Amino acid sequence: MKKLFGHYRLRDFKGYLYLMPALIILLVFTAYPLFKAFLMSFQEDYSIINGSYDGINLENYRELFEDDDFLKALTNTSIYVVFVVPISIVLSLMVAVLINNCGKRSKGIFQTLYFLPYVTSVIAIGIVWSWIFNSNYGLLNYFLSFFGIDPIPWLNEPDYALPALIIFSIWKSMAFNILIFLSGLSMISQDIYQAARIDSTPRLRVFFRITVPQLKPIIVYAFMMGFINAFKVYNEVFSLFQGKAGPADSAITVVYYIYDKFYNSADYGVASSAAVVLFIIIMVLTMIQRYVTRDKEA
Amino acid sequence: MRSKKPSAVIASVLKYTFLCLGAFFTLLPFLWMISSALKTPAEIIKMPPVMVPEVPQFENFSTAWSAAPFGRYFINTIIITVLTTVCVVITSILSAFAFSKLKLPGKNIVFALFMATLMIPGEMLIITNFITITKLHWIDTYKAMIVPWVSSVFYTYLLAQFFMQVPDSLYLAAKVDKCSDFKFMTRIMVPMNKSAITTIGILNIIGCWNSFLWPLLVTNKQEMRVLSTGLIRFQTEAGTSYELIMAASCILVVPIIIVFLFLRKYVLEGVSFSGVKG
Repeated sequence: MKKLFGHYRLRDFKGYLYLMPALIILLVFTAYPLFKAFLMSFQEDYSIINGSYDGINLENYRELFEDDDFLKALTNTSIYVVFVVPISIVLSLMVAVLINNCGKRSKGIFQTLYFLPYVTSVIAIGIVWSWIFNSNYGLLNYFLSFFGIDPIPWLNEPDYALPALIIFSIWKSMAFNILIFLSGLSMISQDIYQAARIDSTPRLRVFFRITVPQLKPIIVYAFMMGFINAFKVYNEVFSLFQGKAGPADSAITVVYYIYDKFYNSADYGVASSAAVVLFIIIMVLTMIQRYVTRDKEA
Repeated sequence: MRSKKPSAVIASVLKYTFLCLGAFFTLLPFLWMISSALKTPAEIIKMPPVMVPEVPQFENFSTAWSAAPFGRYFINTIIITVLTTVCVVITSILSAFAFSKLKLPGKNIVFALFMATLMIPGEMLIITNFITITKLHWIDTYKAMIVPWVSSVFYTYLLAQFFMQVPDSLYLAAKVDKCSDFKFMTRIMVPMNKSAITTIGILNIIGCWNSFLWPLLVTNKQEMRVLSTGLIRFQTEAGTSYELIMAASCILVVPIIIVFLFLRKYVLEGVSFSGVKG
């Protein structure tokens, strides 16, 4: 057998045939677009027709950070993160701990019911939510009327568009959080709880002193996934506001901005620079998550 | 037998009350969707809202179905979902097998690069991929909606974790018996990991069925729309006929919920895998 690279034989490379389909797709649809997005983000006035551009500079980034819509998208995402992620995690943790204390049968039923939003099309259920948010005939305003609250124009007033998006997203994001908390809870050794029971430790104390610390890696993971997903919010906006970004673009998000820039305005350079900013934010968040959850193995 | 303390009974009642209330709010949009889909136009705008329609209007479904080419959207969605899932399962099995059992020069580096792509948000890739699809003249074709998605790093990683648990001694024994790699993979690896393969299949079916942004970008013609993009257009066209919009939403939501209920064990395991392995 002919030796090719040092101690490797040609037939050792046969295994790459198995990787070939996946590698080709990854090269064309992941690696190349990643590289290309970076490149386009520095090319001024990139043209899709002949690939020409005016020069390599930071013009796209300057335009991006001077664009009120992009700044609005970043602010919206920050507000969204501050409300959706902690509220969803606290509620999900409560639900997960309670489900975990149920009998086997009811545990299975609750787990399935609470998971339904995860498998459901965001588009379809978002349209249902837009009906719930309807200011005249919506279910939500009807419920609020019991508390003497006048009808709120959820989807028609810039001030209420983001709160509507936040309510929908909390509802939607709890399914995933509950599931991963439940799988985390099932891995906590029962001996610790046994010991706490013998010492008749109060329940609340057991929760804060045992359950939360044991779940820490998963809670951190849930926070980070929440942050990352917040930057990718798009379908929710599209379905709530009939394809727009809310009244007067009040609920615009980063991915909506990217889509709007390249698809509607054909501004590939600025869209790419926004994509690069998105990439950097998510990269940093992923690094933080990896770093924080590393403790558990140490 | 030991009798429960009164405090334990109260705690249990509180627990179930809270959980049932939470489940009610989780299910409310679904119930509201079905209830609204069965109303008359008059009931839809009645205040206070009618929870259960007096006479269920089942013909709303057929009206909605024919108001837009939902039959075509449905078939498109099924074709794309099935073909993508078959391909993604095959490519994931092949790569997971290569990573877990085959001797490959530079395997660790390739695997690390492979895994690194998990960090890239797919949303940043749509710009270039859209240009690529346009240049290939694939706009308004099934290819455009299938080919970019026939490989998945996450599913490969998930499968590889399971393939690695198959003892190497089994593989070496098969090699001694002159069993080829491919035969070992199809005859031993795949049957031994049926449930993991089912998991990635069903996760992909859900993802594909619900996908929206990409089909929206790469289709212009009405007959190439899928259910999600067709539904969004229908919402604008139907205006205030909310009973029809809700009936149309059911077409997109109900099939996948049925699939989920039948295969929920696999779905729950597959999704929690991502959380536990982080």
